[in-house]
Amino acid sequence: MPERLAQARTLLIGLALLLCSCAGSNTYPDPGEKMAANQALPRADVAWLERASFGLSSESVARYKSLGRERYLDEQIEASSESLPEPIAAQVRAVSAPPFDSAQTLRTLTERRKAIDALADPAAKEQARKALNDEGNHAAYQAIRLQLLREIYSTAQLREQMVWFWLNHFSVYQYKGDLRWLITDYEEQAIRPHALGHFRDLILATLEHPAMLQYLDNAQNAVGHINENYARELMELHTLGVDGGYSQQDVQQLARILTGVGINAFAPPHLKPEWQGLYVRRGAFEFNPARHDFAPKVLLGHAIDARGFEEVVQAVALLVRQKACARYISRELATYYVGDAPPSRLIEAMSVTFQKTDGDIAATLRTLLLSREFGAASGTLFKDPNRYVLSAVRLAYDGRTITNTRPLSDWLNALGEAPFGRQTPDGYPLTATYWQSPGQMSRRFEIARAIGSGNAHLFDAEDGGVSSGTGFPQLSNRLYYEAIEPYLATNTRAALNQANSPQEWNTFLLASPEMNYE
Amino acid sequence: MSKLLTRREWLRLATAAVAGVGAGGRLYAAPSSGPRFLLVFLRGGYDAANALIPYSSAFYYEARPTLAIARPDPGQSGGALALDRDWALAPALRDSIGGLYQQRQVAFIPFAGTQDLTRSHFETQDSIELGQPAGAVRDYRSGFLARLHHTLTASRSTDATAISFTDALPLIFQGRDQTLNVSLKNVPKPPFDDRQVQILTNMYAGHPLEPAVAGGLELRREVAHSMDALSEEMRASSRDALTIKGFELEAERIARLMRDTYRIGFVDIGGWDTHVNEGAAQGALASNLTGLGRGLARFAQALGPEWRNTVVVVLSEFGRTFRENGNRGTDHGHGTVYWVLGGSIDGGRIAGAQQSLERRDLFQDRDYPVLNDYRAVLADLFRSMWSLTPAQAEEVFPRVQPSNLKLV
Repeated sequence: MPERLAQARTLLIGLALLLCSCAGSNTYPDPGEKMAANQALPRADVAWLERASFGLSSESVARYKSLGRERYLDEQIEASSESLPEPIAAQVRAVSAPPFDSAQTLRTLTERRKAIDALADPAAKEQARKALNDEGNHAAYQAIRLQLLREIYSTAQLREQMVWFWLNHFSVYQYKGDLRWLITDYEEQAIRPHALGHFRDLILATLEHPAMLQYLDNAQNAVGHINENYARELMELHTLGVDGGYSQQDVQQLARILTGVGINAFAPPHLKPEWQGLYVRRGAFEFNPARHDFAPKVLLGHAIDARGFEEVVQAVALLVRQKACARYISRELATYYVGDAPPSRLIEAMSVTFQKTDGDIAATLRTLLLSREFGAASGTLFKDPNRYVLSAVRLAYDGRTITNTRPLSDWLNALGEAPFGRQTPDGYPLTATYWQSPGQMSRRFEIARAIGSGNAHLFDAEDGGVSSGTGFPQLSNRLYYEAIEPYLATNTRAALNQANSPQEWNTFLLASPEMNYE
Repeated sequence: MSKLLTRREWLRLATAAVAGVGAGGRLYAAPSSGPRFLLVFLRGGYDAANALIPYSSAFYYEARPTLAIARPDPGQSGGALALDRDWALAPALRDSIGGLYQQRQVAFIPFAGTQDLTRSHFETQDSIELGQPAGAVRDYRSGFLARLHHTLTASRSTDATAISFTDALPLIFQGRDQTLNVSLKNVPKPPFDDRQVQILTNMYAGHPLEPAVAGGLELRREVAHSMDALSEEMRASSRDALTIKGFELEAERIARLMRDTYRIGFVDIGGWDTHVNEGAAQGALASNLTGLGRGLARFAQALGPEWRNTVVVVLSEFGRTFRENGNRGTDHGHGTVYWVLGGSIDGGRIAGAQQSLERRDLFQDRDYPVLNDYRAVLADLFRSMWSLTPAQAEEVFPRVQPSNLKLV
């Protein structure tokens, strides 16, 4: 054996021994971290904090310990979207900094498509189409990247959960129309500012956003050309719920109220003098009286006077005032935080708050998070894929900044919960049973392995560039000993003891029931 | 357990592990004959009137100025294919489904559907998948394919192994037995070795998720094995797996698993909600139909002799408005057209109660009426396929009088 090869071999064996000495079946993980850990956080507090965030981090545990539950919650409700560590804030600024003009964006798209259509050479045409398509994919990915970074690193965890929740409630699909260019703005301007605000504002912001107007076709809804798609979903999915006491007649009436609510990226139309005062334009959003049905309407038994866009505002206020709306929204929120079939007492208490505060989301959430039922459900909430992936990464890298979010988006895709990837407007199911099938459990374990084995490319440069470093996931950290290790079940301990390597130990921990429930 | 297991040893272990899974998860050694059933759910409400064209209706042509598909013209190739004096098959289905129809292996049931009038995708899909009596309080833990499976396996030693070819387990398979699920759109390699599978499974011993965990890990390995064999065969017979894609490829894989192991299958296909720019002979709907038709034809072919034991039903939550809307599309309607396919069905005909389709015939002046209740139609098929007793049929679809379409 040549000398250098022999040396390399010795080195390898040495490395292997070194690895074994800390990773041997019973000595891994490092007991040093255990010594350094502070007193364990009580189990009920662990479960509360886990559910009111996208998983534990050293930062959130320290903050919770110092403030106590109620003050921690108040701080979370007040916290701004800008509660980001600097390296992440810089990344977020890079994506969202240029002020977005939806009209300009749609205008440019229209012009570019025209130019492409005018190309005579089929090859050049194909190439130009592909280039535009790639730009769309890039734009959509920036929205996803932004969302993932905020979810992992923002200290305003409750706000990020609510942004996710409302994006899912007012779900849009990136591959329809021009949505790939619009979803960053949809998240940042329609959803985020109102995520803990008033529900009515959230409805109106989504109603006016070009992403929603394209996705549910209301941009096409005009007098004599009725399209009832958005009108139906506005009641069924956004406000009242399918058994919320409206009829097909109400759907048709609401569709007529919504006529003229659409998109215009170009110059305003020429209107008859009596209509000019009723014209509304904000960015690409337009209310065009010439497309509106001014005949009298009745919605849920209430007469709606012909007043143009004011009819829409009146109709939304009417929908939000319904007891059915308070119940439906409360039930959805409770399902997200407490699990399938939330207790009716809890829903009732939340509905009362919702109605008393005229749809104040923060107040309704406060009723929920401080309720007895929320506390009692500790450790029984099965994590949906989004919560699962985020909490695993938050624990594994506890505050360390990853550079590449592609793997996260791929994992969510593989687990069936891709951001902006729900084709139908109902959003992803909130119930656990939907995510627990045999196929999904084995897929989830594969993700556990990908995260746990440490070569998941989270530290690569974005978009397939060269790696900027590596990061082996440190799951057996101080946080683990403070909040997870004390409460592991016997079966989980037995599995961890059989791990042959740190990679395997990580995989088993991430696959364990304890990491799949909160 | 450090040495690699032989396949025989692994089979024994797998069978032992799956014994805890409940009757839904038998993976091996199913005998190769006996009825098979695949349900294909078109989610979104496909526009049945532009798949099976009511070409004898003058109102069809009046109500769809831009969407109507031209009447069949024997002098012209590639147009709609006349099936009888009232109905024609869309050009997009001509080559695939048209061929099967001529071999009497396809039947269509127009005016089929539910009593659900919400016209909501989600509500109506749920209704269908649960298959419970209209108006009753819903039990979301009881889908009708789960009940069918339970009925068949509880009463006798039928190997009615069930599987859902979806990423998530749909409502239709929620029930007492744990049903396996795996999407065959993509088939990645299984990442865990035998030892790791054992450790992961043990970690969930006694846990409510134990059946799902054990079943999922086993199934992933079995599917990978089966798909390897399929690729090998396709290579050997110079059928390149890369030239087929989408639902066609998925259907070939489904056929493989159903030929070898599974008796009750489910798959869904999205993208049928054509409110805007639906297209007519060509366009969005037509290209969806082309993929569906080719996939079904390939499924039939890939099952080989077992196609004679197989029945496929294609359905959707509702039909669409008979008139086109203001955006060259159609909105949510009511009655639709179900498809029944199989190697030995009494097909090549339009089945079930029918009526004319002029304006006065429309339900609520907008939609196809429902004359053939979905539960009665399916109960009829299941009864004939598995010789169910009335009591068994009642378990699957309570309070239903099965129709008598004599398709099987």
